[in-house]
Amino acid sequence: MRDCFVRTTTALLDDDPRTALVLADISAAAFAPAAARHPDRVLNMGIREQLMVGVAGGLALTGLRPFVHSYATFAVDRAYEQIKLDLGHQQVAAVLVSVGASYDGSQYGYTHFSPGDVALLDTLDGWTVQVPGHPNEVAAMLRAAAAQNNKIYIRLSAQQNITSRPATGRLELIRASSNPKAALLLAVGPMLDAVLAATEGMDVAVAYTNTPRPFDAAGLRATRHTTVIVVEPYLAGTSSRVVSDALRDTPHRLLALGVDRVDLHRYGAPADHARWHGLDPAGLRARIEAFA
Amino acid sequence: MTVTTTNGAGDVAVLLRRLTGDEKHEASAHSTLDVLWVLYDRVLRVTAQTVDDPLRDRFLLSKGHGPQAYYAVLAAKGFIPVEWLDDWAGPQSRLGHHPDRLLVPGVEISSGSLGHGLGLAVGTTLGLRAQGLLTPRVYVLLGDAELDEGSNHEAIAYAGALGLTRLTAIVIDNQSASHGWPGGIASRFTVNGWIARTVDGRDHDQIEAALRTHEPGRPDVVIAQVRRKADA
Repeated sequence: MRDCFVRTTTALLDDDPRTALVLADISAAAFAPAAARHPDRVLNMGIREQLMVGVAGGLALTGLRPFVHSYATFAVDRAYEQIKLDLGHQQVAAVLVSVGASYDGSQYGYTHFSPGDVALLDTLDGWTVQVPGHPNEVAAMLRAAAAQNNKIYIRLSAQQNITSRPATGRLELIRASSNPKAALLLAVGPMLDAVLAATEGMDVAVAYTNTPRPFDAAGLRATRHTTVIVVEPYLAGTSSRVVSDALRDTPHRLLALGVDRVDLHRYGAPADHARWHGLDPAGLRARIEAFA
Repeated sequence: MTVTTTNGAGDVAVLLRRLTGDEKHEASAHSTLDVLWVLYDRVLRVTAQTVDDPLRDRFLLSKGHGPQAYYAVLAAKGFIPVEWLDDWAGPQSRLGHHPDRLLVPGVEISSGSLGHGLGLAVGTTLGLRAQGLLTPRVYVLLGDAELDEGSNHEAIAYAGALGLTRLTAIVIDNQSASHGWPGGIASRFTVNGWIARTVDGRDHDQIEAALRTHEPGRPDVVIAQVRRKADA
């Protein structure tokens, strides 16, 4: 996904003089050709993430469309107040593109994890959040983001599904169930394949989204399912607020699965962390069966 | 709604008292007043009619604290109606204890949390440069205590390394930083390649001369020294 980001953003910088890219050393080498062609619009701050977002706010104040990029934990967690004030409070926007989703940087340890990035942005107004489940979903998201003026967070990951799906902004029903009492699994981004594997042979419906914000509340209600299991690749419960709100007029049950609110102090591979957080197919299936 | 334009620094003092409702405080109590007056009266190429002109000079009040002098100057120069000064931070007021760019014509950034203006100013300068808008200059005003915030030092180091031109920082030094700045404030900038000038923050001619002196290929900072807050 990062390669696709570099390729597409480089092309956007070539094609659209309104776009700019602000970096804090992460991926700077990959963008060196773009920086050589557009030295005024490809700006590497060095390891300065507060400045990265502040500069993006200043660029946007002059009418440019800044893309901002780093590890999620540095771009969002560390620069949270700049996101809140230098963008939101100024009523200007940027496109934040992160890598290192949740525990992608598993061998680096917890200092490089950001399971809470989407929850942090959920404290703010007006952020679109996109969580591609496949590298082929990334380019269209970036091109659409370049053409808009709103605040967009694109959360790239090294985890992916086997097949790509379009970014429609709507819930996409992957597997239907004729039983309205069956549970609806809502898989966000790269969680889809694990959800499909976990629910094989079960009478459940499965829906997919790679655009969890703004949440497709109408799409969820239209499924008519009232037992909902959200499986998202970041902090468990992040989407409970929007799902509960979507179903506020309907008695419903909700199970929120995602990354646990725990610092495991462990390394290993992302697949190990998925297992430890119960997000591998076996872990998901056990919890889905217990609930549904 | 009427807009009254006045032309003298004396009138600003009257407007300031109108805003604070406090006859005891002399205008000189406000550390930023003289610098703001010189900026808007003599230096900035921006008027109430050009607040949306891409070619205007930008003034960013990073130190959003104590904006009374800022509002008084904006009123004196016709950016806002003087009547707005009568309901400072009231429920219907557009003028809060920290300024909001969405509410006040001529205010470039909403500030209040310290350490945000310099990064925004660097970005604004870069954004203008990237669009070939090379006549506007970006001025950003900070306080000496505000420099405690580490985010400023990210911006100081980067702008210096870049040799960013058309950016002028102004630091109002009323010695209010809890731990001071041993070796002086100017050295924090000059070690990173900035040009620094230190002036008497009450001397309008000195302030103007410093604000008008630039060198190619380097950002500049004006340190405006005023009396300590407690002594003022």
